[in-house]
Amino acid sequence: MILLDRVSKTYNRRGTALDRVSLHIEPKEFVIIVGQSGAGKTTLFRLLTREEKPTSGKIVVGGIDYDKLSDKDIPMLRRKIGVVFQDFKLLPGKTVYENVAFALEIAGLSNSEIKHTIPKVLDLVGLKGKENNYPMELSGGERQRVAIARAVVRQPKILIADEPTGNLDPKHAWDVIKVLEKVNKFGTTVLLTTHNQEIVNALRRRVVTIKDGKIVSDRAVGSYKNA
Amino acid sequence: MKEHKFITIERIIKNGIVNFGRNIWLALAAIAMMGITLTILLFAVVANATFSHTVDQLTSHIDVSVYLNDNVTTGQRQNLISQLNATGNVKHIEYQDKSTVLKLYEQANQNNTDLLTAISETSNPLPAKIIITPQNPDNLDNIKAVLDKKSNAALQSDPTSYSGDRKAAIDKITSATHFFEEAGIIGIAVFVLISMLIIFNTIRMTIFNRRDELVIMRLLGASPGYIRGPFIVETMAYGAVAAAISLVVCAALFAVASQTLQASSLGLLDISYSGHFFREHLWLILLGQIAAGIIIGAASSAFATRRYLRSK
Repeated sequence: MILLDRVSKTYNRRGTALDRVSLHIEPKEFVIIVGQSGAGKTTLFRLLTREEKPTSGKIVVGGIDYDKLSDKDIPMLRRKIGVVFQDFKLLPGKTVYENVAFALEIAGLSNSEIKHTIPKVLDLVGLKGKENNYPMELSGGERQRVAIARAVVRQPKILIADEPTGNLDPKHAWDVIKVLEKVNKFGTTVLLTTHNQEIVNALRRRVVTIKDGKIVSDRAVGSYKNA
Repeated sequence: MKEHKFITIERIIKNGIVNFGRNIWLALAAIAMMGITLTILLFAVVANATFSHTVDQLTSHIDVSVYLNDNVTTGQRQNLISQLNATGNVKHIEYQDKSTVLKLYEQANQNNTDLLTAISETSNPLPAKIIITPQNPDNLDNIKAVLDKKSNAALQSDPTSYSGDRKAAIDKITSATHFFEEAGIIGIAVFVLISMLIIFNTIRMTIFNRRDELVIMRLLGASPGYIRGPFIVETMAYGAVAAAISLVVCAALFAVASQTLQASSLGLLDISYSGHFFREHLWLILLGQIAAGIIIGAASSAFATRRYLRSK
């Protein structure tokens, strides 16, 4: 599903963010990427969503070789990958329904298809009845679940969640993780970055540790200890 | 696929119109500037039409009269007419013999009994004449060259009449028309440039205000066209509104100020034609103004968004 072969990313000012990273993730896997701030986790995700190009190395996602990807193919690629951010990135002027519908509108779905799809996905993330609320009226956990609903509404094969629990208290953090597990159970490959050692250790999933831009460990059932 | 494209275009237009409503205060400067540009453009078009109309009116009455000696033979006259036709600058040519000239003179002066009595007391003193209506009244040199030829000059009883005074007035108006055309083009170019810069900056500010939304759109897989489209629709709406404002302003000005303008043009220009032209071509002007506004808006926002919304 995801293949990184000796991928490096060097910035002119910041220096090397990723150094010959090789990683292979199977379909339907739930992989947790851990590491300190600045370790290279976010750079890795930016490469996967093609916000940036690697300095060297090869990336293949869902059979798409990024080397052969032209600029006009990028929107199509992004529609196949769901993304969730620490700061939610919701549109404050739109309701929960409209925020989720936004992703489908971009993909060109008709209004009737959108109307049919959204209740199901809001039910999946436990936000039934909140359709008409604005993000400001929701708790942090609920906002993140809206972001997850928006990310999975197009049924992507891959979901990338970059520190989705970073701004949440433990209870809401667990709500979000449970939704991600549910999404994974439906067949979506999930890549999660987190600092939260309790979550990592409790999930008992594959854990990849990045340090100074390099993968220092990759365990099928891993654990993590905050430095 | 076709349906998908149609839905996308529909959403782009809808989003553009919604954004236009949201940014109306930010857009006022751009609309005002565009309105001024379009008003100048419209004034230039109407002024040009009025000048051209006045020149046409005057030039259609220009003619050249050649007075012939009484002893000119039919052969000599035909030869002269052939030479004049050969210049290529003759739209119409007419020969009036002495009796026709006299008859026309009498008709023209039928109320002046003294003159009629005087002329009846002598044998017809009026010369036969050839009246030439030129194709291009601006350049009568070739006709003059034929008439001034020694052999042809000998056939003439009096100096040729070139409608002299009228010609001078026409020359002045024609040169004024050219000046206004050139000044109009320069003025329009300057204002188009300024309004494009203002629109460019308005769109840049809008992009800056909505940068989070644009980042989200990009990450969710919106195509560059889907992101840029609403901005372009929004500025096209600026153009359409500016065109409507400009048209209303111009219509009011023509209605209110045409008499003042008529007086200030010393009767040289047919100012009433401006209002007539404006009314006659109202729909064409409206469409032209809207098209110009839309083109200016679309071009400037396409330029502004090209730089800031490139797909990464």
